[in-house]
Amino acid sequence: MLEHGAHAAGNVGEQVKNMILHHIINGWEIEVPSSHWGSSVELDSHLWHFQLAGIDVNMSISKHVIMMFVAAGLLLLMALLLRRKIALVPRGFLSMIEGFVLFIRDEIAVATMGKHHAPSYTPFLCTTFFFILTCNLLGLIPYGSTATGNISVTAGLAFVAFLAIQFAGMRQMGVFGYFRHLVPPGVPWWLAPVMIVVEILGIFAKPFALCVRLFANMTAGHVVILSLIGLIFVMGLAISPVTVGFGVFMYILEIFVAFLQAYIFTMLTSLFIGLLVAGEH
Amino acid sequence: MLAHLAAGIGAGLAVIGGAYGIGRIAEGAMHGTARQPSASGDIRTSMIIAAALIEGVTLFAEVVCILMALK
Repeated sequence: MLEHGAHAAGNVGEQVKNMILHHIINGWEIEVPSSHWGSSVELDSHLWHFQLAGIDVNMSISKHVIMMFVAAGLLLLMALLLRRKIALVPRGFLSMIEGFVLFIRDEIAVATMGKHHAPSYTPFLCTTFFFILTCNLLGLIPYGSTATGNISVTAGLAFVAFLAIQFAGMRQMGVFGYFRHLVPPGVPWWLAPVMIVVEILGIFAKPFALCVRLFANMTAGHVVILSLIGLIFVMGLAISPVTVGFGVFMYILEIFVAFLQAYIFTMLTSLFIGLLVAGEH
Repeated sequence: MLAHLAAGIGAGLAVIGGAYGIGRIAEGAMHGTARQPSASGDIRTSMIIAAALIEGVTLFAEVVCILMALK
């Protein structure tokens, strides 16, 4: 693993840091399983690299983009393969998926938006949940990397959630009613300017928090595991039982965090939509 | 070098606040479950949501520390 950082090299610390960074950040190499140790496929980093009004935009397909495509492809495959097994009482894998979907519909959508509005937004919430879950779990298998550990990916997801929240609010209350909602009735007049500023800040701060929470949770887990493995290079082979034991424990925790973060993202999006759509009575 | 020192100290301080808050949540959840064991499912859900929110704030601070250390 250290040959990734060895070319820059200085001491072992430098190499370990380069190894950790190489596994965390997006790049243009994908490791593929083959007989050769550490072989990777080099992607074209200038495929869609252009200047847009003076800003350097590079939209070439990179490692995280391929991981997102793999996640989307897996979800499509699952949906297409399970279509035939839909029955009144499902069995096997479909029943687990149905358990998840019912959980999202009942505990997340209906609990926050009420029975009347929940069916409109359940597909979006299910999509969000399963996509984030698949991306998180793909980062844990060998040769995979966490697409949601890239802040651009989570920013895109948070932006979609932001659009969904605003669209839901404006569809429910009308565009003018939505802006009038920023200052609820019954607030004294001298408090209104402060309320408007705080509410507008809140509109942007909540999706931003979603973005950073998901990104930091995913990246932090991987950094801990990679640091523990890098500790073997720094401190010698004798420490490896302890380190690998901790690493296995962190992996189990990472699986739990993957599910939890997907659930939290979906639950908070549904909560924000529910606050606008169902109101706080 | 000062940036690395600051990043380390900042990360440690952030963890203190986050861990204390999550510990308080767990204490409240234990008390609530002990008083009414039939509500343990709802209490567990609320506990996990609150813990994830607090952890989100803690991780903001960690992200800032990483930015400091990498610059």
